[in-house]
Amino acid sequence: MKELSLNILDIAENSVKAGATLTEISVLETEKTLTIIINDDGCGMPEEVVRAVTNPFYTTRTTREVGLGIPFLILGAEQTGGYVKIDSRVARAEGDAHGTRVTAHYNKDHIDFTPLGDVISTVTTLIQGHPDTDFLFTHETVGGSVSLDTRTLRSVLEGVPLSTPEVLTWIRESLAEQYNSI
Amino acid sequence: MKSLAELQAIRDRMKDKVILREGANQVRVVVGMATCGIAAGARPVLNAFVEAISAEGLTDKVTVSQTGCIGICQYEPVVEIYEPGKEKTTYVKMTAEKVAAVVEKHLKGGNVVTEFTVSNME
Repeated sequence: MKELSLNILDIAENSVKAGATLTEISVLETEKTLTIIINDDGCGMPEEVVRAVTNPFYTTRTTREVGLGIPFLILGAEQTGGYVKIDSRVARAEGDAHGTRVTAHYNKDHIDFTPLGDVISTVTTLIQGHPDTDFLFTHETVGGSVSLDTRTLRSVLEGVPLSTPEVLTWIRESLAEQYNSI
Repeated sequence: MKSLAELQAIRDRMKDKVILREGANQVRVVVGMATCGIAAGARPVLNAFVEAISAEGLTDKVTVSQTGCIGICQYEPVVEIYEPGKEKTTYVKMTAEKVAAVVEKHLKGGNVVTEFTVSNME
């Protein structure tokens, strides 16, 4: 992947596919490190699946026997001296908490660090494709933070889909303005 | 920060239109957004479609949606166009530049851009 924001898009698609109603995407930056956390309330994965997803020859897709999403994420993090951690739980009984949290940690000073890239496009792409699920995006930097919560927008929109082009433009501009002010 | 009042204004403008849109949508543009598509550049292709269709005023006629792996990863980014009563068109190795041509010639003009289709690759 040319940008970490593309890894974020790819991993967040897994959350949506897992039936998440809320997918939280957090980017936490310090002077020297960057951490991406994608936390969802989807169906979760049993332990053996959590172990298997790091293997490129494990996939849920039916068109091909290769799944490179998590392996790509691990490659990008480990090549900077960082790591990827996956925590997941499936509900054993009705009402149990369930979901998956993927954490990817990077050292920004490393020569093989991939830039974050166009994270605004990742957020708008996720919302465009999945207007009926919620996303909470936050990006904390040393200079300040950026956030977007589709639950807030949804309550304002009163049934107008989040995928409406005018709404997507508003979201894009809102994030751009926030980035410009930090 | 952009105000929620602005979003409310969009809501008020769109409310009536949405109902009309849901019934009248005919053409579907589907972009493959699995790992293979994303790595090959599907995100700018998708955004180019969304923006061009909106700019050309085609939103009542055309919807853009996303799907998983279509199965021809070597030809990603892959875009399928479904039109009622017509055969599906599969565009391959798409770019934002090619999107402009597809919107102009195919979605507006009704002519498939054969040089970008999968049948041209095989």
